[in-house]
Amino acid sequence: MMRATLLIQRGVPGEAPREDRFTLEFEPGESVLDGLRRLRVNEDPTLAFRYACLNANACKECIILLDGLVIYACTARLEPREMRLAPLPNKPLLRDLATLLAPPDERL
Amino acid sequence: MKTTHLVADVLIIGAGGAGMYAALEAARSGAERVLLLDRSLIGRGGATVMAQMTVAAAVGAGDHWEHHLADTLAAGRGLCDAGLSALLCEVGAECILEMDQWRVGWARSGEGFAAVQAPGHDRARCVYVDFLNTGPAVSRTLRAQVQRAGPAIRRIGEVAVTDLIVQGGAVTGAAGLHVASGEAISIAAPATIIATGGLTRLYARSSASANMSGDGYALALRAGATLIDMEFVQFFPIGHLAPRLIGMDPIMWDPFRYKLGGRLLNGAMEEFLPRWGGDAEAGRYSTTRDLATYAITKENEAGRGSPSGGAWLSFAHVPEGELRAAFGPVIDRLATNGIDLTRDAIEVSPIAHYHMGGVRVDQVMRTDMPGLLAAGEAVGGANGANRLSGNAITEALAFGRIAGREAARIAAAAPLRGFAAGAALDLLRACGPAANTAALVARLQRLMAEDVGPFRTGAGLRRALAGIAALDAELGTAPPGPPGQAHDLARLDWLDLRQMLLVARAVVLAALAREESRGAHQREDFPEMREDWRVNQLIRGEALELSHQAVPA
Repeated sequence: MMRATLLIQRGVPGEAPREDRFTLEFEPGESVLDGLRRLRVNEDPTLAFRYACLNANACKECIILLDGLVIYACTARLEPREMRLAPLPNKPLLRDLATLLAPPDERL
Repeated sequence: MKTTHLVADVLIIGAGGAGMYAALEAARSGAERVLLLDRSLIGRGGATVMAQMTVAAAVGAGDHWEHHLADTLAAGRGLCDAGLSALLCEVGAECILEMDQWRVGWARSGEGFAAVQAPGHDRARCVYVDFLNTGPAVSRTLRAQVQRAGPAIRRIGEVAVTDLIVQGGAVTGAAGLHVASGEAISIAAPATIIATGGLTRLYARSSASANMSGDGYALALRAGATLIDMEFVQFFPIGHLAPRLIGMDPIMWDPFRYKLGGRLLNGAMEEFLPRWGGDAEAGRYSTTRDLATYAITKENEAGRGSPSGGAWLSFAHVPEGELRAAFGPVIDRLATNGIDLTRDAIEVSPIAHYHMGGVRVDQVMRTDMPGLLAAGEAVGGANGANRLSGNAITEALAFGRIAGREAARIAAAAPLRGFAAGAALDLLRACGPAANTAALVARLQRLMAEDVGPFRTGAGLRRALAGIAALDAELGTAPPGPPGQAHDLARLDWLDLRQMLLVARAVVLAALAREESRGAHQREDFPEMREDWRVNQLIRGEALELSHQAVPA
């Protein structure tokens, strides 16, 4: 087992973003999405991020920033270090890491 | 809290293969206001986009849909609704050809389609899109067609439909949560199609998207419709187990087996399928899903499993040139996961994959509630006790097409009725105490995997019922509040659990009642298949009333 520290930007539009720190044990090869899903079960069920498929990189919904770079959480791997996660800056924020990804003509 | 009210001629819940085909067909049949909803993004969620494998259809020279039907009925172990199976095979082939006109990109071989022979088929009948791209290509193609249909089809993503609205004995629309905003929405429609797929999310390891919560079955039950054969959950025998593989579909090894054979080995690197009644495969993939699941499980029980509790799958005997010719870029993606197939075997084990059971429908996909139809995996009966490889996408397309046409007909004949979403909207506006709903989902998934997997006992099933009842009690009667919050996953999980627990109970009750072993339902305490159990089990209403019917001729 290895240990990662996830620094996750939290919050909704209109409030100052805060950063929550979670430490997480993981097995080599696990994805950032594996880690986020486990945090919801074990630490904080209100942590918001998006995904539909499970690590198949088919739905493309888990797109976020890792240390400032755009990644898919399902194909980026957990690493034994501090990893800073943030929502995409160029999409409207919904909550925490979740942004509005639907094309304009597929919104309510 | 803001509530948006929408009106449609045809409401379609779920935008996978079945839902999108239904939308296209409803619009082509004259429906002017088709509303296509999905829990995720349109065309990106559900099982279709995950299906990296093959699609069975009698489209090759010399093949006929009746041959495909014979194989489908044989695989179904005596429980298929043969009328639905025939539609799957006949209309499915037409849809595959139409998809070809829409340039889905079926792999070619000479003049015709390239096809592989999957276990249980009498010939090479399974078409595909290279490389491991069948589902994404099908989804993308249908989505492009839906967009091309213009304003007749309105698409809205991120809507979790939570209840159907029933008035005067008919379904008149639906209510749901708009996840992105947290708003409640209601939709009035004279015809509603459930195209929500299956229930794989009930299990800890599954091959489909996280949004397959069985919600369509719960919607149908609460509206008063009937479910059929809910005990038959298909486990895919060789789901990826270890080492951790990311960015890939866990059932990707099936197409590898189609093209390259591969060797399934136990912990001691011995072939073991013949020991449990399978063929000595000799490099050819011929073992059906239920038998392979059985063999892998039994080998583990005998203490001869692979280190992580499955079996080894090896392609080390296949020359690298052949591997590359068959799967090109996939070989590189495996390399980034640290897997070199010329050297390394990988570990596989059974994984929840598909649901044979589902909503009972007639030949035009109508349920027994007026105004309510179903399509795709949400429908029960076409595949009996065990689904043939490659039939799922075919079923999605065929049943989607049929349901879309019928829904348009119903909408044209019956104007909108009055509409009151009362109690359904009350639930969406309720404010319950904070709860770790994600942990409750995980508990349900473990419980189902442990006691309601492919091998069941009366004691295990009763333990599962008790566990489900305990979760029900913990869930309470209102979602954690407050309502109206954007992308509120704790609240969404609560609403999902409400459906998942009802559906889990339906699966367990049907499995407990069926005291025999058949296809995907194996009772260790009743190991024989019994002729007097060649009946379908029906479950009706929220009270889950169980009854039998003779298998439709």
